[in-house]
Amino acid sequence: MSEPILRVSALSGRIAGQQVVEDVSFEVPAVGVTALLGRNGVGKTSTIKSILGLIDRSGEVHLGGTRIDRMPTHRIVAQGVGYVPEDREVFGTLTVAENLRLAERDEQPRRELVQQLFPDIHARRAQRAGTLSGGQQQMVSLARALVNENRLLLVDEPTKGLAPRIVDDVADALAEAARTVPILLVEQNLHVIRKLAERVVVLSGGRVVFTGEASELLDDQDRIQRLLGVHDASDVPAADGHDATGRSAR
Amino acid sequence: MSTVVLLLITGLGLGALYFLVASGLSLIYGLMGVLNFAHGAFLTIAAFIGWEVGRRVSDGTWWGLLLSALVGMIVGAVVAAATEYFLIRRLYERHIEQALITVGLALASVALFEGIWGTDPIYTAKPGWLTQTTEILGAKIPNDRFLLIACAALVLGGIVLFLQKTRYGLIIRAGVESRSMVTALGIDVRRSFTIVFAIGGAAAGLGGVLASVYYGYVSAHLGSVLLIFAFIVTVIGGLGSLTGAAIASVLVAVLQQFANFYLDGTGDFVVIIALAAVLLVRPRGLMGKAA
Repeated sequence: MSEPILRVSALSGRIAGQQVVEDVSFEVPAVGVTALLGRNGVGKTSTIKSILGLIDRSGEVHLGGTRIDRMPTHRIVAQGVGYVPEDREVFGTLTVAENLRLAERDEQPRRELVQQLFPDIHARRAQRAGTLSGGQQQMVSLARALVNENRLLLVDEPTKGLAPRIVDDVADALAEAARTVPILLVEQNLHVIRKLAERVVVLSGGRVVFTGEASELLDDQDRIQRLLGVHDASDVPAADGHDATGRSAR
Repeated sequence: MSTVVLLLITGLGLGALYFLVASGLSLIYGLMGVLNFAHGAFLTIAAFIGWEVGRRVSDGTWWGLLLSALVGMIVGAVVAAATEYFLIRRLYERHIEQALITVGLALASVALFEGIWGTDPIYTAKPGWLTQTTEILGAKIPNDRFLLIACAALVLGGIVLFLQKTRYGLIIRAGVESRSMVTALGIDVRRSFTIVFAIGGAAAGLGGVLASVYYGYVSAHLGSVLLIFAFIVTVIGGLGSLTGAAIASVLVAVLQQFANFYLDGTGDFVVIIALAAVLLVRPRGLMGKAA
């Protein structure tokens, strides 16, 4: 296997003095999608935020051989890390075009690619982002990350709260992005994980409890039940109305 | 009728003064979450140094006043930027320490100004036209009110243009919504903090020079008095909202003028009642973000 793009060693994170990530170590390969999984509240989002320096953290984080855990967030991102946060966090009072312009770091931002991937939001570029639907806001959030040529994308629960059709659109956009950039993906929807992820890292209690090929986890119902708290993959509804295997729960 | 016109236009003039102070306060709080109690000190030092330069070059003339205004803006901007860079920058997210240091700076600066310029007000000369009145619908309006209104409108227009048309303006507008997300897009948001302090300081500096025209004197307490009303205006308008600050400045000042005239000089009291009412009914202010 080639050198990993991201190496996380003994990473711990704290919010308001409380330990939310504890001694986490894992690697993200330089290609494909690696899913960061776990039950609700195990520290997946906090792990992403620790990597980016958005919360207090200790431990080591290397991006392609460069140590980044001592850098401030804006310098980590400038190293080529795109971030799609949980709950999208678009700037609601700014237009779609302003949201994208703000995110442009490269001298030649990939506006055409973004336009091609998200024609709907391109058509709404003069609209305030706060007036968009949840799915459209997610597209803006993804577009902000894809407008630059990144070395790694950190994508946090991109399908949370979205309608099933939009979930598929988001998954398609991520699959397209994954052709050119490795992705560390936090996701609850096993349907999306099956579709996208080659490798998985599972957290429990703020620690890594499983690392391996996605199929090793997803084809083992007992392991899914034990590690993700899913009794049976086919009867646990996900937030978008799909069950954990992607079938409609309604 | 003429009384109403007089109160309205003089209220607008006073509101213009409040806005020049409140615009900086509001931007600074909106982007950085800093309640800057030292903002009045920026105004006072700008007024003093602007007056010192203006009177030495050409006292009581338009040229002298223009020079005072320019110097006041520069002094306000430099002192504010230095305050952010040397004192506030280390204390972001530490609100109690920020309050302590800005309150301390405000108190110390008043003592310093009294030490340099004395405790009594120093009366200032102004161009002849500004001492006269203009009749509008039977009301004799002091001309200096027109200058205040014009300057505040220019400052408002300039800040809006800056926020809408420049990259830093875009960063500041986004930062008011979510500072951490701006950082997560790879932008060093702290650079824009200094710029916002400088803009706020420049507006306060201009406000200081114009306040000396409005009141007819400069004193070590000039900024402290205006700061109280600027805070009230900022809270009523909605912390972080420039438009809210502009609207609230006019509302508060006009209300104050009418109450002073029709309710036996109770303008300050009525403004406090208005503040309490806004805090009870709409705590986020007229145009502030929902918590």
